[in-house]
Amino acid sequence: MSLNIEYSDKMHFASIRADFPILSQKVYGKSLVYLDNGASTQKPKQVINNITATYERSYANVHRGVHYLSQISTDAMELARGTVRGFVNARSDSEIIFVRGATEGINLVASSWGRENLKSGDEIILSEMEHHANIVPWQLVSEQTGATIKVIPISDSGELEMSEFQKLLSDRTKLVAITHVSNALGTIVPLSEIIRYSHDAGALVLVDGCQAVPHLPVDLQELDADFYTFSGHKLYGPSGIGILYGKESILESMPPYQGGGEMIDTVSFKGSTWADLPFKFEAGTPNIADAIGLGEAVNYVSSIGFDAIGAHEASLLSYATERLNQIESVKIIGNASNKAAIISFVIEDVHPHDVGTILDRDGIAVRTGHHCAQPVMERYDVPATVRASFAMYNTFEEIDLFVKGLQKVQEIFS
Amino acid sequence: MSESVSNLYQDVILDHSKKPRNFGKLKSTTHYARVNNPLCGDKVTVYLKIEGKYILDATFEARGCAISLASASMMSEMIKGKKINEAIALFRKFYILITTEQNVHNDGLGDLKALSGVKNFPTRVECATLSWKAMEKAVEEIGY
Ligand SMILES: Cc1ncc(COP(=O)(O)O)c(C=O)c1O
Repeated sequence: MSLNIEYSDKMHFASIRADFPILSQKVYGKSLVYLDNGASTQKPKQVINNITATYERSYANVHRGVHYLSQISTDAMELARGTVRGFVNARSDSEIIFVRGATEGINLVASSWGRENLKSGDEIILSEMEHHANIVPWQLVSEQTGATIKVIPISDSGELEMSEFQKLLSDRTKLVAITHVSNALGTIVPLSEIIRYSHDAGALVLVDGCQAVPHLPVDLQELDADFYTFSGHKLYGPSGIGILYGKESILESMPPYQGGGEMIDTVSFKGSTWADLPFKFEAGTPNIADAIGLGEAVNYVSSIGFDAIGAHEASLLSYATERLNQIESVKIIGNASNKAAIISFVIEDVHPHDVGTILDRDGIAVRTGHHCAQPVMERYDVPATVRASFAMYNTFEEIDLFVKGLQKVQEIFS
Repeated sequence: MSESVSNLYQDVILDHSKKPRNFGKLKSTTHYARVNNPLCGDKVTVYLKIEGKYILDATFEARGCAISLASASMMSEMIKGKKINEAIALFRKFYILITTEQNVHNDGLGDLKALSGVKNFPTRVECATLSWKAMEKAVEEIGY
């Protein structure tokens, strides 16, 4: 990389950083260093202003009124749906369902598709690196249907054991539910291969894309995933809103998830009929302002583009990895060859909780704990890890401060 | 200054956490209980030998942070030989020490006083009380 490119990259991302009002504050008198983006990202003023504008100028309930505001609100929400469709390259807006977040997206599929299609003797394949949100819903539906769960193991470096996966696949496999990027290890899984093998075995694939969409471009038509879900709040958008994508033909065949207003065609006590997609799965008044805000977040990310985001985050990741590897007592958990900008690690003889507290008092926000991935902790025989997860607004200077904080941890515990 | 991390991680605390006293199972256990901190996955098991109203011996096993290990280690030393109700009363007193600005009489708190800095770190109260909750749970059925 020439100096000039590096310089312009720095300038570019400095201006991006200025879009995020929260980042300029001090905590405990120290500049905030926010490295907990895997849990949730901060919001640019474009998104904040958009939500304010909705409530100040255009808010009303959607799909109901003939009046002016209801029409504007409806149009804005449907425009946001179209924006998201373009972002993940789905075929049609009917395939984009607004949900509360990935957790609800997965529960929707487990309840609606799972209860209709699973029976005793069927198998669901998950991986050892799943978030609890992609484990527990399947356990619940297994209890109800008698289906069983199989687990793809992970290697010492944090990669899926693909040969084991192929052995698990059989004509009993009905669904493979897999994360795109591991929130606890940073691993980017070989998704195209997984989907191809699963389809060859006749199984559908649900992808938990929570940790992927902020970091890399997703093309659902090319991937050929059957379901794909993510949360808005990890993508610089509001909390309380997320997306479930499903292939139209599969969504058509599924019964409703919840009943209520919005999702019906006609209701009578002799029986009711359902609205067309995607509304069949959107019972009740939706989270209107945040759905529109999510559209704005997607516009924001798209305007910067994944070429720039990917390059910047890759250099943050390699710089942070290099600096951490220089500290002898640090052990990074998850060294997959293909990683997103997430680093999980432990420090010899210091519990992650203590690391988190000491960093916190220096203004540095990291996540410590099991990251809702207890099977991963068990796999590497650690009670918890410290996780630094990066976003496009993070800087090399912040990594230096973070490393300085870790040196302080060592001093205290030496 | 009281909010600084060096006030939290005092030498006594680091000493207890690096060399926890009474660590391990207790052969003569009559009562024991285990509790988790669901936030971080830490676990503590407390083993007690109880005769009548008295705690004759106490040990623990844990996988946890410096605060929870130190607190458990101190507890195991301090409740040994105490009546059950005295041990519970000590927990109450300790809880006030680490959660409020209230002045607590220091007598009887011993090394636990070093944990008073926890009150400036509300997210760590759970860590400091984990072993005490296990102890409380272990004696629950006896009544005190
Ligand atoms: C990989 C992964 N899946 C699922 C979730 C759950 O997302 P949410 O809590 O927004 O529903 C998260 C976020 O914590 C995650 O990182």
